[in-house]
Amino acid sequence: MVVQALAFYVFAAVATAAGVMVISARNPVHSVLFLILAFFNAAGLFVLLGAEFLAMLLVVVYVGAVAVLFLFVVMMLDINFAELREGFLQYLPVGALVGVVLLAELALVGGSWALSKGAGETSLPVPDEKMTNTHALGHILYTDYIYLFQAAGLVLLVAMIGAIVLTHRRRTGLHRQRIATQIDRRKEDTIEVVKLPARGGG
Amino acid sequence: MLEVGLAHYLTLAAILFTLGIFGIFLNRKNVIIILMSIELMLLAVNINLVAFSRFLEDMTGQVFAMFVLTVAAAEAAIGLAILVVYFRNRGSIAVEDINLMKG
Repeated sequence: MVVQALAFYVFAAVATAAGVMVISARNPVHSVLFLILAFFNAAGLFVLLGAEFLAMLLVVVYVGAVAVLFLFVVMMLDINFAELREGFLQYLPVGALVGVVLLAELALVGGSWALSKGAGETSLPVPDEKMTNTHALGHILYTDYIYLFQAAGLVLLVAMIGAIVLTHRRRTGLHRQRIATQIDRRKEDTIEVVKLPARGGG
Repeated sequence: MLEVGLAHYLTLAAILFTLGIFGIFLNRKNVIIILMSIELMLLAVNINLVAFSRFLEDMTGQVFAMFVLTVAAAEAAIGLAILVVYFRNRGSIAVEDINLMKG
């Protein structure tokens, strides 16, 4: 129990610190790296909560795909980030005000929160101790939530096609090898045998 | 104090969510950091969902956390694609330059 509590506090503290660094780092590359750190710590928290599958998904999807995508874009675009940071302190007071108000509201909600009766009864309980988290998740994902699951796949497909369509550009003035045209070439089209009159050139 | 309960996780998620909002206000000019702040907020939502799923013993929360993850991934892909196209056309990603639609 003590080890668990200690692990929670370590993960929570590192995740919060990483979150602070994400929004305050001078270099956006550092921001992305701190975002990755926050994701790793959230994955640790998920393991503590017994949601191993989601923890691994977080590492694979967020760290492996989303964060790397961010890193690519940050490094690919040639941007003067120092210019973008101007007015950082100018926005600090209003940002801090909104943040404090929001945190106070969340604390109020958390303080007055109570579990309504029957909240856990209509739901799908964790089946039994022998079933792993992944097994249990798949068990309801492919039965009760199959349509939502398919819709999620559709969302990803649309996102993929959209990203490709948005970023694809056809360059002009580029000389590419067209293999089909090369194979289609026939002798009659390219070579013309011309009979020259003998001694006609003199 | 040593017993980590639901309140602990909710507090952490609230702090992370607030950091995300704060980040949007703090980096008003940089779209990339704003997108990262949104990811941070979605992470906080996921922590909430999984924590409730664990303490109510209800698998539904984890299913929905997965869907949030899906939407977050799609949002990041589309957002960054738009960003790249915008930078290609205008040569800048500052938020105040994004005014083509006169909104």
